[in-house]
Amino acid sequence: MGRARPAAANDGAPPERAADRSAPEDGRSLFREALTALAIFAVDPGIGLRLAARAGPVRQVVLDQLRAALPEGVSMRKMPTGISQAALLGGLDLSASLQAGRPVLERGVLTAADGGIVIAAMAERMGEECAGLLALALDLGTVPIERDGISAEAPARIGVLALDEGMEPDEAPPDALCERLGLWLSLDGADPRGAVDEDGNLAAGTILAARSRLASVRPDETAIETICQAAMAFGIVSLRVPSLALRAACASAALAGRRVPSRGDLDAAIRRVLLPRAVTMPEMPGEDATEDEPDDQEDRAPPDDPPPPDPHMSENRDPAEIEPQEEIDVGAMEATLPADLLASLAAMTRPPLQRAGSGRRGAFAERARRGRVVGTRPGDPRRDRLDVVATLRAAAPWQNLRRSERAESLPGTAHRPLEIRSADIRVRRHRGKTETATIFAVDASGSAALARLAEAKGAVERILADCYVRRDRVALVAFRGTRADILLTETKSLTRAKRSLAALPAGGGTPLASGILAALDLAAASARDGRTPLIALLTDGRANIALSGAAGRPQAMADASDAARAVRARGIAALVIDLSQRPSDQAREIAAALGGTYLALPRADSKAVSDAIAAAPRGPTPLGASRS
Amino acid sequence: MRIAFPFAAIVGQDQMKLALSIAAVDPSIGGVLVFGDRGTGKSTTVRALAAVLPQMQAVRCPYHCDPARPDEACDTCRSQSETQRAQSSFTLQVPVVDLPLGATEDRIVGALDLERALSAGEKRFEPGLLAKAHRGFLYIDEINLLEDHLVDLLLDVAASGENVVEREGLSVRHPARFVLIGSGNPEEGELRPQLLDRFGLSVEVRTPGDLKTRIEVVKRRDAFERDPAGFVAAYEAENARVRDAIVAARDRIGSVAVPDESLEKAAQLSIRLGTDGLRGELTLMRAARALAALQGDGEVLWPHLASLAPLALSHRLRRDPLDEAGSATRVERAVGELAAA
Repeated sequence: MGRARPAAANDGAPPERAADRSAPEDGRSLFREALTALAIFAVDPGIGLRLAARAGPVRQVVLDQLRAALPEGVSMRKMPTGISQAALLGGLDLSASLQAGRPVLERGVLTAADGGIVIAAMAERMGEECAGLLALALDLGTVPIERDGISAEAPARIGVLALDEGMEPDEAPPDALCERLGLWLSLDGADPRGAVDEDGNLAAGTILAARSRLASVRPDETAIETICQAAMAFGIVSLRVPSLALRAACASAALAGRRVPSRGDLDAAIRRVLLPRAVTMPEMPGEDATEDEPDDQEDRAPPDDPPPPDPHMSENRDPAEIEPQEEIDVGAMEATLPADLLASLAAMTRPPLQRAGSGRRGAFAERARRGRVVGTRPGDPRRDRLDVVATLRAAAPWQNLRRSERAESLPGTAHRPLEIRSADIRVRRHRGKTETATIFAVDASGSAALARLAEAKGAVERILADCYVRRDRVALVAFRGTRADILLTETKSLTRAKRSLAALPAGGGTPLASGILAALDLAAASARDGRTPLIALLTDGRANIALSGAAGRPQAMADASDAARAVRARGIAALVIDLSQRPSDQAREIAAALGGTYLALPRADSKAVSDAIAAAPRGPTPLGASRS
Repeated sequence: MRIAFPFAAIVGQDQMKLALSIAAVDPSIGGVLVFGDRGTGKSTTVRALAAVLPQMQAVRCPYHCDPARPDEACDTCRSQSETQRAQSSFTLQVPVVDLPLGATEDRIVGALDLERALSAGEKRFEPGLLAKAHRGFLYIDEINLLEDHLVDLLLDVAASGENVVEREGLSVRHPARFVLIGSGNPEEGELRPQLLDRFGLSVEVRTPGDLKTRIEVVKRRDAFERDPAGFVAAYEAENARVRDAIVAARDRIGSVAVPDESLEKAAQLSIRLGTDGLRGELTLMRAARALAALQGDGEVLWPHLASLAPLALSHRLRRDPLDEAGSATRVERAVGELAAA
């Protein structure tokens, strides 16, 4: 399954083939490429743009170019990350109101931006609430306004430019938003120096003319068919995406002054809208990449139906992962795609969103739980920590009211500077307290593990079933050969966990250290988000591949011990389940280095393992700095 | 006023359209759960629903109470005389309220009117989305990502038909009868089994797999975006047919008979599937009655039950996390067995 990514330990040295494919890119041509996408967005901002780039001069140049290209009257408004719902939709400006002593209304960013562009800064940190409202505005072109018992809708025909600065594998704007942003563009490697907008597409005059022509551009049957066909070939499930691609093709045609999108326009749209989300490269029907793994046979039979395309995998493109398929399936691709698309595909050997190559997506829900400040809630300060500011803020609006109430009910009592009632008390919310994440690191090497991998899978499935009941999150790391792969970032979805497990092949060496470090990465990220991680390491402990990827047992064991100690140093709880035929010293040593529990996998009794996980002590949440 | 994509122009999604129509005929069915991938038209279908629902009479109050049903009205309306209510009544589109992901509890149940409190020092309740959805539909996209306590709260209100707010020194109760429609992608997190069971019907939406259908979807979307008003007008006749069918079914449903034999079949089906409690059976009967009414049949027969069993029962099966076969498949299997028996 395409969920894997090179483990952190391998990040420094990506698989060779991937390096070959992305190395000789011309920064200038990449930048020009970006400008073309920008021009499409400027013509029809409703398509939406997700711009993956770090803050910096290159991105600034791009934003400046966009600003200059937009016709007068089209606004560009920046929306801060932590924007409140009131600020988005409009409503009472609390601080201004308190200061003025009368209600001061503010106009919502979304309605104020009607007809213009909203720039979402640091979109990877955007909250669900904000993404939900943006999605609503993008879907409907209006936002709800509720005030004084009046419910109305205000126009909010906006274009969204999401500045995605995510660096960590699991950092990305909420899916609800990404889905609705047509153009996905990465500035990675783009170099504005000396790059000029050759076609002059971004000239304000061109954009203005294209905008006025846009309404008269009509896609013909072929255009719609080509885009739908390409979307299907890329395994894109959503029907919203081809619609967005069609709009992009029309905008591209409007730029060129065509009334009907040409092949070139379609090509441009497919490359900038569809390709970055590709789940699969076009493949032969009935071919299942997991089936030809000889070691997998005795495990659970592959599901009867081919696994449905997973929309999340779209962002998990791993060059090394896709390439073999690409080679195998060239014939199929020719059959289903227009010829000139092939040429452009060949040029696009690098995934357009570099960061997207990582197996970042866990459940969407992850972001719902992310963020250091998990918020406040009414509560009892004796049990939770009091949040003074939030309490004062809750009390503030009622001061006048309460004073007059007090004056009425108890005339003559002393004036109090502050009227705080128990209902105002706010305590800090630590959502992570109740949430746990179990990170499985499964040894899928060919050594002794092979004999018992089926049992290990059985055990993991069993635990998964328990996790499902307990609403725990699970993540899955497998290590074999020379590297560790994150098969599944944290998720609550049993379906996905089971699917990645079933597809887990075995064979090769035992890069135990890489496996432990990959699990540690996930665990640390989980702890940062306020959850309590537990690493469950299923291995026979017979490490024979060192961190460097070189074979050799002594070095491999030393590396594994070091890695295990790193886990211990971070205070992350761990559990070693020994997969060897009979209990081994190696696995016991690793358990000791981890400071965790050791458990020999009992013969054909996965329930005991599952019980052990449930009973495993959870270490103290590490990284004290993560709480704010 | 924005224009919604016409219900009749939605390609495919027959199960979902059926479930929504049944809920429109008999709102007591207990909510509809829709599961499927992003971008498969779940939201579009729900938002299209309002236009095929017959308009209703409402009193001008925050809860748009039914002038003919004082027993279900809010306190203010109840204290008014019949003529007063009639005088202030007007025709209103059945509300289909969108609950954006991440909506706060305040916004859902209603809260103190801050503006009023600040300016006039007056304590007043500002109704939330539950009030807005009264007598209509409340749609929650990505309900599986909503915090459990909010889902619980919504289901409680939906079941009791009343929203009780006790907070910030306020004590308000107001009617909130609505059909809850939740949608989500199970791959992104599942709903707790306890919550699943509380929905009346569940539908699994799949993205159309064949190119032709997909092309048609994109084509209609494109046509709609170019000229929303013209597109809606082109489908108005078909939309009206759906509306008429719903109105007719509402009139008829009271007279649809449920023979003992059908009751027995429904019970057998539930036993065979091992669904807990009677909720599944009851919902199946109710839904079958609504379907019979929609189809103009006088009594509930086996085909009605058989076609609705997956919708009414599949989310109530005790989940075996290790069973690869989907719940819907298990229901269909049981239906097949029972038909053969």
